[in-house]
Amino acid sequence: MLSGVFSLLSALLFVVLDAVDVAFTEAAVGAGISTVLMLGTLALTARVEKPAAHSPTLPLFVVFVTGAALIYGTMDMPNFGSPDAPANTHVAPDYLERSPHEIGVPNVVTAILASYRGYDTLGETAVVFTAGIGVLLLLSGLRRRREDEDDAAETKDGKA
Amino acid sequence: MRHHLILRVVTKLLVGTIILFAFYVQFHGDYSPGGGFQAGVIMAVAFILYGIVFSLRKAQQVMPAWFVHKMVALGVLIYAGTGIVSLFMGYAYLDYDALSPHHPEHGQHYGILAVELGVGITVTGVMIAIYYAFAARPPSISDEEW
Repeated sequence: MLSGVFSLLSALLFVVLDAVDVAFTEAAVGAGISTVLMLGTLALTARVEKPAAHSPTLPLFVVFVTGAALIYGTMDMPNFGSPDAPANTHVAPDYLERSPHEIGVPNVVTAILASYRGYDTLGETAVVFTAGIGVLLLLSGLRRRREDEDDAAETKDGKA
Repeated sequence: MRHHLILRVVTKLLVGTIILFAFYVQFHGDYSPGGGFQAGVIMAVAFILYGIVFSLRKAQQVMPAWFVHKMVALGVLIYAGTGIVSLFMGYAYLDYDALSPHHPEHGQHYGILAVELGVGITVTGVMIAIYYAFAARPPSISDEEW
């Protein structure tokens, strides 16, 4: 539940940052699908948590140190919307200048994703495909089907 | 969920709208925010919602599991096939100018539409397949215990 709320809030944050495509994905995947899948997983697991075997002090310490390091890392980041930021000086102006007459698609994000970065998106699709196949192999009833086939083979043998 | 009348009525109203919105996001993705990935997820959400409210069996009557598994592979094939078409036209792999040599911008447009369609089909398939895989396993907690 909390992760769903968190995803929705970060989707709103992305809207504020003008990253509407990312916000869209976050709202649909983070707040929608993952919450459903998390609930589905919860229904498959046991109901009562096992008692913790060790004290939570060390993990808490690690979490705090990591968080402090991450916050320290943000000190070096350029200000939001700064024209000198690497995101605004590297390839982005080039894409913005070229895509209207090269691609002719108003949504530059789509133009970059599907055309300039077509290979990357193909790889991304392949990753989604692989993830789906992996989950199917691990969770679906493939083993059950094989047992059914064994049963069918046995009955066939019996008839023969 | 036989007795949840409001849920069932609202779901029946919403599922069609969600699918329509998914198609809008899919095919309008080059003008407005969105694209294949988002559209695929939204499309899958429609079937998952239907499955949650009306039982998995009913959802699988609408969208059988074998069809979903075919969709997963079909999307990647459409994407890679678009690239191979441009190869055969004598252009580089995934260079959509090949689809309309006299109007490269039109070619780019068709190419992006085809590729996004591939992404959308794969994502829809994978999301529904994962949901089916999770929901089809017998839960260790029975419904009465909730």
